[in-house]
Amino acid sequence: MARISASVYTSHVPAIGAALDLGKSGEPYWQKVFAGYEYSKEWFKKNTPDVIFLVYNDHANAFSLEMIPTFAIGCAAEFMPADEGWGPRPVPKVIGHPELAAHIAHSVIQDDFDLTIVNKMDVDHGLTVPLSLMCGQPAADKFAWPCPVIPFAVNVVQYPVPSGRRCYNLGKAIRKAVESYDEPLNVQIWGTGGMSHQLQGPRAGLINKVFDTNFLDRLIADPAGLSTMPHIDYVREAGSEGIELVMWLIARGAMNDNLLKVAHRFYHVPASNTAVGHLILENPS
Amino acid sequence: MPLDKPYKDIPGTTIFDAEQSRKGYHLNQFCMSLMKAANRARFKADERAYLDEWPMTEEQKQAVLARDLNRCIAHGGNIYFLAKIGATDGKSFQQMAGSMTGMSEEEYRDMMIAGGRSIEGNRYLGEKR
Repeated sequence: MARISASVYTSHVPAIGAALDLGKSGEPYWQKVFAGYEYSKEWFKKNTPDVIFLVYNDHANAFSLEMIPTFAIGCAAEFMPADEGWGPRPVPKVIGHPELAAHIAHSVIQDDFDLTIVNKMDVDHGLTVPLSLMCGQPAADKFAWPCPVIPFAVNVVQYPVPSGRRCYNLGKAIRKAVESYDEPLNVQIWGTGGMSHQLQGPRAGLINKVFDTNFLDRLIADPAGLSTMPHIDYVREAGSEGIELVMWLIARGAMNDNLLKVAHRFYHVPASNTAVGHLILENPS
Repeated sequence: MPLDKPYKDIPGTTIFDAEQSRKGYHLNQFCMSLMKAANRARFKADERAYLDEWPMTEEQKQAVLARDLNRCIAHGGNIYFLAKIGATDGKSFQQMAGSMTGMSEEEYRDMMIAGGRSIEGNRYLGEKR
């Protein structure tokens, strides 16, 4: 039987990817960001899973206004890094896990969550920046990510987006699906995006450290209560793009409610326009 | 019955909802076309002619030509789509975000390094700090 062993939460700021790709990671501005992930990279080396179920959002790259699914599960064998307008990130292609992805899709749809099954999709910085932060830059002679990844894209761009409650309950359905898979796979679930930030209009640059700190506290200790927070609180308090944080509740919903180990916690302002938050939570083995 | 849109009273913020999406469909799809290098080159060679290939409103075209992202958003643009224009111009996301605030590039960058724009006074329209 497969099981979810741990969850990782992190912002997925595109400028972090650009800093890594352009060799700027040693600059003092970026060192303050990357210092928070030194432990994480060591942790990941010791705890490399068989598969990562990676919750993120597409930023108008795979999905145009022709159609935007609310929840999309990547069932393909591989996914290419998207050209977001600056050229594709020079990172490895993402290898999927079609068998587990199809199994999860089947189970979760039968549990009343209407996922869209996607067999062709480029993946943008929302997915590749978390991989870079946790896995480091892959070596030229072994140019691959350490394990397969199932991309799970959530619409947080075009309102209304799914509620925190729905995301949290979806996480529970994903856990049930993983645990009904016969092969004994070690699966991690990652929730990405956030924390407070606003990229548009005269209020751009908004950061709310009090909100973010409280969100991290409650995500660990009171996820069910946190999941009832309405959209308007995210938007008003954490900025129009802070709404990405609902995706963290999908990952959190797939974990134990309590008795978790907090392996790592980090918070820093800024990376470009954004507050960077990061957590690693482990289920008891 | 009116729809529930509690986000209309947040200052300096336009939520990209189904109504904005409808208004901005062609503007945002024009932006998506700039993900192809060949289209970026054609747009740069003659912006007006390229824009005229799209059934956008004149206001939308003027906002794009002026690189006025606030006006683009007012006419249905979404920042992730509009970012393709910035990418075509070689701008970073921070430069694009800053351009909407009335601050200089340096002022905006310094504000972010100092902890970002405060939430105090920025929750509700007409709110006093």
